[in-house]
Amino acid sequence: MILDRIPIDAIGVQERVDRICSRSIKKESKLQALDLALRMMDLTTLEGSDSAGKVRQLCNKAMHPYTELPNIPSVAAVCVYPNRVKLAKEILKDSEINVASVATAFPSGMSSLEIKLDDVRYAVEEGADEIDMVISRGAFLSGDYALVYDEIAQIKEACAHAHLKVILETGELGSLEHVRMASDLAMEAGADFIKTSTGKIQPAATMPVVLVMLQAIRDFHHKTGKTIGMKPAGGIRTSKQAIQYLVMVKEILGERWLTPDLFRFGASSLANDVLMQWVKEKTGRYQSLNYFSND
Amino acid sequence: MPIHWEYAHAPESTDHVQYEKQYGLFIDGAFTHYDPSKSFDSLNPATRELLYQCTQADEKDVDAAVKAARKAYEEHWGSGKGSTRGKYLYRIARMLQERAREFAVLESLDGGKPIRESRDIDIPLAAAYFFYYAGWADKLAYAFPAKKVTPLGVCGQIIPWNFPLLMLAWKIAPALACGNTVVLKPAETTSLTALKFCELLQDIGLPNGVVNLITGPGQTGEYLVNHDGIDKIAFTGSTGVGKKIQQSIAGRNIKSTLELGGKGAYIIFEDASLNEAVEGIVNAIFFNQGHVCCAGSRLLVQEGVADRVIELLKQRMATLIVGDPLDKNTDVGAINSQNQLNTIQRYVDIGLEEGAECFQCEGNIPSSGFYFRPTLLTKVSQSSTVVQEEIFGPVLTVQTFRTTQEAIDKANNTPYGLANGIWTDKGSKIFHVGSQLRSGVVWSNTYNKFDPTSPFGGYKESGKGREGGVQGLAPYVHLESNVEAEI
Amino acid sequence: MSKEQELLIIPKTYKNYVGGAFPRTESGRYYKLNSLDGKHLANVCLSTRKDIRNAVQVARKAQASWQNRTAYNQGQIIYRIAEILSGRRHQFEAELESLGYSKEVAQMELESAIDLIVYFAGWTDKVQQVFGAVNPVASHHFNFSRQEAVGVVGMLAPEAPALLGALAMLLPNMVAGNSSIIIASEKLALPLCTFAEVLETSDVPAGVVNILTGKKEELVGHFVSHMDVDALIADPTLSFELRKELEVGSTSNLKRLHFWATGCTVDEIHSTGKSVIENMAKSAKDPYRILDVQEVKTTWHPISE
Repeated sequence: MILDRIPIDAIGVQERVDRICSRSIKKESKLQALDLALRMMDLTTLEGSDSAGKVRQLCNKAMHPYTELPNIPSVAAVCVYPNRVKLAKEILKDSEINVASVATAFPSGMSSLEIKLDDVRYAVEEGADEIDMVISRGAFLSGDYALVYDEIAQIKEACAHAHLKVILETGELGSLEHVRMASDLAMEAGADFIKTSTGKIQPAATMPVVLVMLQAIRDFHHKTGKTIGMKPAGGIRTSKQAIQYLVMVKEILGERWLTPDLFRFGASSLANDVLMQWVKEKTGRYQSLNYFSND
Repeated sequence: MPIHWEYAHAPESTDHVQYEKQYGLFIDGAFTHYDPSKSFDSLNPATRELLYQCTQADEKDVDAAVKAARKAYEEHWGSGKGSTRGKYLYRIARMLQERAREFAVLESLDGGKPIRESRDIDIPLAAAYFFYYAGWADKLAYAFPAKKVTPLGVCGQIIPWNFPLLMLAWKIAPALACGNTVVLKPAETTSLTALKFCELLQDIGLPNGVVNLITGPGQTGEYLVNHDGIDKIAFTGSTGVGKKIQQSIAGRNIKSTLELGGKGAYIIFEDASLNEAVEGIVNAIFFNQGHVCCAGSRLLVQEGVADRVIELLKQRMATLIVGDPLDKNTDVGAINSQNQLNTIQRYVDIGLEEGAECFQCEGNIPSSGFYFRPTLLTKVSQSSTVVQEEIFGPVLTVQTFRTTQEAIDKANNTPYGLANGIWTDKGSKIFHVGSQLRSGVVWSNTYNKFDPTSPFGGYKESGKGREGGVQGLAPYVHLESNVEAEI
Repeated sequence: MSKEQELLIIPKTYKNYVGGAFPRTESGRYYKLNSLDGKHLANVCLSTRKDIRNAVQVARKAQASWQNRTAYNQGQIIYRIAEILSGRRHQFEAELESLGYSKEVAQMELESAIDLIVYFAGWTDKVQQVFGAVNPVASHHFNFSRQEAVGVVGMLAPEAPALLGALAMLLPNMVAGNSSIIIASEKLALPLCTFAEVLETSDVPAGVVNILTGKKEELVGHFVSHMDVDALIADPTLSFELRKELEVGSTSNLKRLHFWATGCTVDEIHSTGKSVIENMAKSAKDPYRILDVQEVKTTWHPISE
């Protein structure tokens, strides 16, 4: 399978990123962005040590991020391992919050396709609304694009009604041009969302990588009319970063993509920073973490 | 459900910034009194409001300034130690860094360029030029091997309104480094940062007369050019005025450097990184409102990718914010003056008359000042007026080409020769096309990049001489053969 | 309590400067440094091969990112060193006087040291222009030669001048993009140790300059045998034996070895200090020393359609 190589100049990309980061988002536009950021969050816990109690805590935070102020929206989804999906689904049953599950031998993807498909089916049966899969990076880097494509297509099928996010693990891909190629590949093969990282290695989401992926989505839409979503994950800890990403989405894709249906943040500690910024905007006072729950 | 998300105004604070309402001239280390009998107004182009008033230097004033410069030159500056000159220049650089924000705000208030540009580019780069040339002051022997290097004397310098403080730095830094003294005339519409700069010179203790400032309109410049006490004239501005200056100095044994107009070609090959190439266009012609002599104002795009490039460009243009220069989110600020605004409009009208099609950004632009929307003119040809002549505004003409040779020929087919840009993924093509382009600057896969170490200047009617780099020293020295060195 | 006891000063402990920190020598050993008239001034670290080993490690880690900073940034940092030293010059002059310098020579040395730093700060963004080249090869190729850092450089500062002699070695190396390990003068070690504080407060990245004190005879062998040191600089006033050891030993990994005349003996600085400083100040302003500790890299690329 031959993939088009789009030439990308990394210095030029960085310059566009710098311009985007120089946007100054204040007052009403900042509050609007913070609201959006919360509604776009996938609160995540993906540790070997995730007990039932840990998952319960996360779901509670998802439903009630901060009770001191009215009109704080709830997040878009929680993201857990497949064997915690059922519990999460139960706790969140009366809310609008989705349950996303990682699958396909997350995070490495180093297993047979059969096992990975079973992993997906298990998560779907347990009630997952969304599946976050990983691509086979080794195959990609050795040029076996056909294999990577087939895997995604079959996993998409196994997802049934659940929507599929394809994690490219951009930190392992080595160059922006590879990121672009992997993005195009994933979308051709049926991804509903393309996602940067598992969050288990460094670097995770970076602004140049996200820019390239948003451009890929824009061009794919131009070619096919399909609207694919995007999720940066890992390393997004501050509201400032989240808002910069929102500026990027607005200026590359347009306001149509500024919705949790098409853009998510994969984050855990981001929520409290967004809440602190929110309260600061409302009260004028810088906040302390002591006043925000740290589940 | 999609939302509408607009950026709120993010005004840069101005309450820490100080400037006078009325200014005199700066001669022999001191400000003269503002003279209401020969004053001129300077407006804020974003609001059309009066910002401050200046004194017009007349022939007597110019004479006083040149005499002060001559005195400083003869008494110590021209013969003193290079390391001392270097230390003064380092002080200037450092203090510009310390006062950077104030200078940036004043630059935007006075000239109309967005605060983000003055803050992130103009002011830091001005400081960098002083820093670079400070280091040359005691190393001139390395710049001119086997030559005995001496300064020229008194330099008259005339600068434009598009990068006021930066152009001042480009002129003053190398002149002083080489041991010359200076009489500088800023542009009539942008004197403020130059005047503040003279206050800075007082604060760092630069000896009297080394730098003198005469404000005024074109006439003041003429007095300076015609003064017999200058050894050199350095001018940045239009080709028309440049030619007049050349005529005025003919036969008078005065050296000159001229940085004049341009009509740069921006060449996009089909194998270019298209997204970055489109971003580069924004750099090349829309930032600084297109008031850039080396602007890439003629897009030459290979036919196979032309439609896609235009589409991407229009999408990018839709995200450009035209507005108040002091808003941190503004991408395209105010046009410098009513005159310039009229000129730009006139050219676009001519373009339409000659059959061009016009695309402009939609969205709000302020009505309070001089503003012009970023504009694309398609359906033009090599002979169109808008393709031949420099517009000096945010207007890009669009032409296609098919072969590399065609691109080169079209790019060179102009009396100008300041800068061109090449976008391609192929290294050998960069070197090949670059070596064929007749311009003093070739930008490959980038545009409008400046650095004090990088020489800048034009071929043909874009001027002569270079500013920046080692080559930027040559216009400010006299070279004699060094008999000992020639073994 | 006597006035002296009430105004008891807090004497400084002199330590090495490695990786942006101030560790003692790993060996815990010291030697006494006295003034000319025998007054005890300080206990100075008697460094060992392990200190050299540690310093080389951090120097290697720091070198690539120092080299990759823009020339402008490097110049700014070096100029900052001059600013900070200038502000603290009186402290350094006093330190030199305590070591037996006359007031006049001490002032001259500080003036020259500051000047020398400013001089080299101005070279960072000019070396490529003056000494690099685009080469007109006789084929359709774009060919250019760049000056690049040699890497990690070890230095043996001369016994005197206490500060200027060391700076004349350090500065060209900083401009060249190298990271440095310098062994201070044995008898006049103090000002270079204090200079470490100036470096630390001047935004010089950790590990780019490392300063060790000790006896040259003990340390030279470890320097020359270390396979991760790329070049060595010494002053010709070194003893013949040490010079021979340097020349023979540096062949282990083909270290570039250079003798730069940046110093004199302790006796000379106390007897004819004025003229020594005057001459040193001039001869130290030599950009060709930068080339000594750089490599030339030449790159080709076709020019074609």
